[in-house]
Amino acid sequence: MRKKFEKFIGDLDHRTGLHTGLRKFLYEEIPASSGWHQVFGSVALFLILVQFFTGAMLAFNYAPTPGDAYSSLRYILTEVTAGRLMRGLHHWGASMIIVVVVMHMVQVFLWGAYKKPREGTWMVGVVLLLLTLAYGLTGYLLPWDNRAYWGTVVTTQIGATVPIVGPYVSRLLASTGDIGVVTFARFYGLHVLLLPPATLLLIVLHVYLVRRHGVAPVPGDEVRRKKSFFPEQVFKDTVAVFFAFVILFVMAVAVRVPLERMADPTDTSYIPRPEWYFLFLFQMLKVFAGSLEVVGTVLLPTLAILALILTPFIDRSKVVRVRQRTLAAGIVLLAGLGWGGLTLAAIKSTPPQTAASQIDFSGPVQWMQLTPSEMTGINYFRQEHCGNCHNVEGDSPKSGPNLINTSLRHDPAWLTAHFKDPEKVTPGSTMTPVNLSDAGMKDLLALMLKLTPDNGDVVDTAPEFAVAGAVLFQKNNCGACHSVNGMGGKIGPALNGLSSRRNEAWVIEHFQNPKKMSPGTVMPPYKFSTTDMQNEVSYLFTLPAKPTP
Amino acid sequence: MIPENHRPQAAEGYSHTRRAFHLAVIYVLGAIIGLAMAIPTAIYLLIPPKPRKPSGFIDAGDVSQLTPGEPVELTFQQSRLDGWKLVTEKKTAWVVKELDNKVVAFGPQCTHLGCAYHWEASASKFACPCHGSDFSIEGKVLAGPAPRPLDRYLTKIENNRLQIGELKQSNPQA
Repeated sequence: MRKKFEKFIGDLDHRTGLHTGLRKFLYEEIPASSGWHQVFGSVALFLILVQFFTGAMLAFNYAPTPGDAYSSLRYILTEVTAGRLMRGLHHWGASMIIVVVVMHMVQVFLWGAYKKPREGTWMVGVVLLLLTLAYGLTGYLLPWDNRAYWGTVVTTQIGATVPIVGPYVSRLLASTGDIGVVTFARFYGLHVLLLPPATLLLIVLHVYLVRRHGVAPVPGDEVRRKKSFFPEQVFKDTVAVFFAFVILFVMAVAVRVPLERMADPTDTSYIPRPEWYFLFLFQMLKVFAGSLEVVGTVLLPTLAILALILTPFIDRSKVVRVRQRTLAAGIVLLAGLGWGGLTLAAIKSTPPQTAASQIDFSGPVQWMQLTPSEMTGINYFRQEHCGNCHNVEGDSPKSGPNLINTSLRHDPAWLTAHFKDPEKVTPGSTMTPVNLSDAGMKDLLALMLKLTPDNGDVVDTAPEFAVAGAVLFQKNNCGACHSVNGMGGKIGPALNGLSSRRNEAWVIEHFQNPKKMSPGTVMPPYKFSTTDMQNEVSYLFTLPAKPTP
Repeated sequence: MIPENHRPQAAEGYSHTRRAFHLAVIYVLGAIIGLAMAIPTAIYLLIPPKPRKPSGFIDAGDVSQLTPGEPVELTFQQSRLDGWKLVTEKKTAWVVKELDNKVVAFGPQCTHLGCAYHWEASASKFACPCHGSDFSIEGKVLAGPAPRPLDRYLTKIENNRLQIGELKQSNPQA
């Protein structure tokens, strides 16, 4: 058996040279000094492959056009088994690649491995770093939620400010007017059709150059035993790859990547933020205001990229041990501090995300379709602990009957009588009487009659702030003048779509002083506590743009 | 992977046991990563999304004027969730009123490979143009490669109007 296998390998090699090639690749001699500090390149390569794979998997269930992109991603997250994991791997993998690629670069820089004759390897590496950032930029738009849309609006407008080429960049990305279908198609095309083969080609070139010149030695290596790439270094690489994979997998499982509201170009309340690794650039824009803006958007980044590319020509000193490269270490430290400081400042200056913009639309959002009365019913449902004895979803047995489809079995009169004195209406019932005001009873009834198999989970999933906002809405009888989800008066404007008409500050001020904000209004001022105001505004901002039919 | 005699001799300072340990770690960790990717991928691709409730019955038209023994092709609109999209599409059914006034609705595709068949009034049979399968007016296979009788929709009649439900795959023995 073994003889046969070896003959087969021999014959195959005779015809293809595969085996000899593999041996040459694996048994490459590497300097004695090589070791754990050189694992980052392999980890980056592994992560890129994971991105290629998970990206292809996501594409199997993804429609690359605005609108459909959002619903298909929502489908991946809510319907497809392991879809959330697949997206988590792709999302967190992107962030991890940035981290690992930068670590790889820092290592090469500290060790001075870019020096003669390895200038080309370094320069190809810098281009690969830029490609990695390009993936991040183009991939950001693809979920087509508010975050994607508004983030891309800002980046494309920065691109447009570049002197001379700006307008052409805009035309190339089809972002001169609004971000729309054409922009989306360009970003998608770049992300999945152009960037991957370009990356592959450059990786092959990069690895070829590494092999051509060998792993960079340090002084003293020439007198020590050379190591074999396989399995000595491959062992270290594999352990590092495994470590990275475990981190990635745990993040993909444990850290939920939210999906925001579908991209809404009219949403004036949205505060766009770039991905964390672009935050420092974002912060730098604030330093250079007005006519100097181009310094932050174009000049400094261009200089930084040029300095990176030209590093091997700027530093032409002889190779020395890493401990003696104090200047290099100082540069890395400064760059790290600068990056960290800017990023921290950006995070610090970020206004806290509003409750409304933090809702995860890949979770249950049925509650958004409820009227304020039904939402207030949820408040009483929770307050009276109805869920202790009654099911509204699932069918684990509980002492009371399931409340789904109550409207098919009972009318409001029966329910009211039953709530007030359960034993009288339903002999043998052990339910405690529900003590609510007439208005409260009405709200609870509204909820009871609304529950169907499709929306039963609302009693668990409606967020606390939205329920509190609805309670306040009912208490102040806002529905007398305003309609929400098709219910309420017509004296004031309907409140669906409020978030695309006004921002939060405006609404808060309007509550406090309506006459100032809309002269001639009949709305009286409302002095809510800070918490109440926050709940109320957040609740109103979660309402769907149009009432559900 | 690499036959023993092709391997270079152990270098000085790199013992055989160390080498064997390194190889074992490479293969085991590699296998774990492979499995951790392969299993979720298989689940992602092979387990169908949660099934949807059937959409209920759809009105397909008045059947009081049908003549027993003369199948007609009725079209109706059906909405269904296709992946992430709610699509409304035109569907057809071959509807037959049987002698006892019971109404049967056949799915419009041949049970062999899904071609659209038609009613041949002269020969009193359903004929598939693709591979020559023939079906009787009750949907039974008369000739050709079709493996089972024509599939039937769930139906009910309300006020003389035919309500069409789910398409049920027929039983090969029937």
